[in-house]
Amino acid sequence: MKTYEPILLKNMLQPGYAGSLPEYERAGGYQALRKVLGKVTPAEVTAVVMKSGLRGRGGAGFPTGVKWGFLPKDYQGPRYLCCNADESEPGTFKDRQLIERDPHQILEGMLLACYAIGAASSYIYIRGEFVLGAKILEAAIKEARAAGYIGKNILGTGVSIDIWVHRGAGAYICGEETALLESLEGKRGLPRVKPPFPATHGLYNKPTVVNNVETLANLPHIMNRGAEWFASIGSPPKSTGTRVFCVSGHVARPGNYEVPMGITFRELIYEQAGGMRSEKPLKAFIPGGASAPFLTPDHLDVKLDFESVALAGSMLGSGGVTVMEEGTDMVWAALRLMEFFYHESCGKCSPCREGSSWLVQIMRRIVNKRGQMADLETLTDLCKNIAGRTVCAFGDAEVSPILSTLKHWRHEYVTLIHAAEAANLIRPEPAGAKH
Amino acid sequence: MLKDTHQTEIDEILNRYPVKRSALLPLLYLAQREEGYVTEAAMQEIAGILKLTPPQVYETATFYTMLNLKPVGKFHLQVCKSLMCALVGSDTVIGWIGTKLGIKPGQTTPDKLFTLSIVECLAACGTGPMMQVNDDYYERLTEEKLDRILADLRQTGTSPLKTGPFMWPEPANKP
Repeated sequence: MKTYEPILLKNMLQPGYAGSLPEYERAGGYQALRKVLGKVTPAEVTAVVMKSGLRGRGGAGFPTGVKWGFLPKDYQGPRYLCCNADESEPGTFKDRQLIERDPHQILEGMLLACYAIGAASSYIYIRGEFVLGAKILEAAIKEARAAGYIGKNILGTGVSIDIWVHRGAGAYICGEETALLESLEGKRGLPRVKPPFPATHGLYNKPTVVNNVETLANLPHIMNRGAEWFASIGSPPKSTGTRVFCVSGHVARPGNYEVPMGITFRELIYEQAGGMRSEKPLKAFIPGGASAPFLTPDHLDVKLDFESVALAGSMLGSGGVTVMEEGTDMVWAALRLMEFFYHESCGKCSPCREGSSWLVQIMRRIVNKRGQMADLETLTDLCKNIAGRTVCAFGDAEVSPILSTLKHWRHEYVTLIHAAEAANLIRPEPAGAKH
Repeated sequence: MLKDTHQTEIDEILNRYPVKRSALLPLLYLAQREEGYVTEAAMQEIAGILKLTPPQVYETATFYTMLNLKPVGKFHLQVCKSLMCALVGSDTVIGWIGTKLGIKPGQTTPDKLFTLSIVECLAACGTGPMMQVNDDYYERLTEEKLDRILADLRQTGTSPLKTGPFMWPEPANKP
């Protein structure tokens, strides 16, 4: 098996490393902050991040430096940074590990981002279920505050930045950045209509940047080792750096694997994650979390970078790779994900709110062998009327399990429907039926 | 009243935000921690603290699944049934719990000890099947492990089988 130099997981892979401040400092932690604060201008930090090619690790893959660059230059009021730690895309569990094993790496990244965008206050919006993660972050913030890395006049440079932890309360949609902001404002987590974008009208209507945990964790390394170094890793120019890919499902060794972007799914699944768990061959995989369309064994040599996965008809998304073995019922699998989206639809837009309910009903009917051929057309039709017709990307996400399984495994739907039709033949007629 | 018993904590929470309403979720959590669920009286009081109307508090509270608006058992077993866990046996785990405790999803045991809920993805997809019990995660569940967890919970209120700081695959233990 080929091994790669870990960047984000490097510290935690050291035996005994528990993520305390002294340990993080011994491993070179907070050196980037010392190097940057008061010595490099915020604009230069943004320029370095832009040059590094770093793209958001939350799902959308938007270039981080460009996102920062959208903030108004001349605005005098407060600005905010929010760290998106609402990790809730099914198949994804990397941020949890980054938070619980090396919290200072994230805090240092946040401080650098705050400095670059001129934010004096920032919030870590962490999903409510991560109680342990929230406690670990709070303890780390306390340590960093006592050491002078967080608070007023950091390291004597005159820069003041505060960081607080804010717990969500169990809503998937709050990972969408404007829903996150609504939730942080104490409201229902309903995505906002964009534009205006958070860069100009974010938290409390002030210029705001929302960045994912893993994105922020990369910043100390970029500032320490330079944009050129970062841009040379992975599959430049558009997918630079490593990703912590989360492998789940029917593999021998599920877990988090940090590898440069651009290795193939075959290498990730068969070498890093140890291949399939049994003799059964791979039937399907989801390349980037529940929102990403399913792929087939024919796509195993696709590269794990933003462009290649998009070309294959799916998306790299949050980096959650879920593997399914031969024998997995694909209609059932699509239904499970559809039930997730139905449960999590925030209810703001009718196509998604009503559509997700209808999709679940039809899918349940088919799985329970009570479907009919016309259902397949209805499914496709419904999906097309949801995608692209909602305020946020949830609408596009929720139709991908159904559309992609219909595309690759339509025969499984048909088999279930044929079984339903066969059963109908022998169903006794209801009492009193008239001819 | 929360104000009588937790004034310092409430002040500390309010200090984090430039706009009061942001303190709503933290205060609802505080209320839930005190009584096991969010009571109507607590919502009224929180509305007063944040200068909101009670419906503004209620509309927010009803959006979030982690806020219980009715009492739950002492141990809230929340089993993930999303696809990634279902692929590795979460439905079986739900069946085991149902048999062992005699409750269906959404029900509480007569002794008010256990409530069973079926939930969506909790970000433990590589270590399923899993469940969350109150604040703790229990992962890679087997029937034997589940028996021990339930026994531990009854006896001591917690179990050493809960997950600590998460890393998977597990790191090397000794330096």
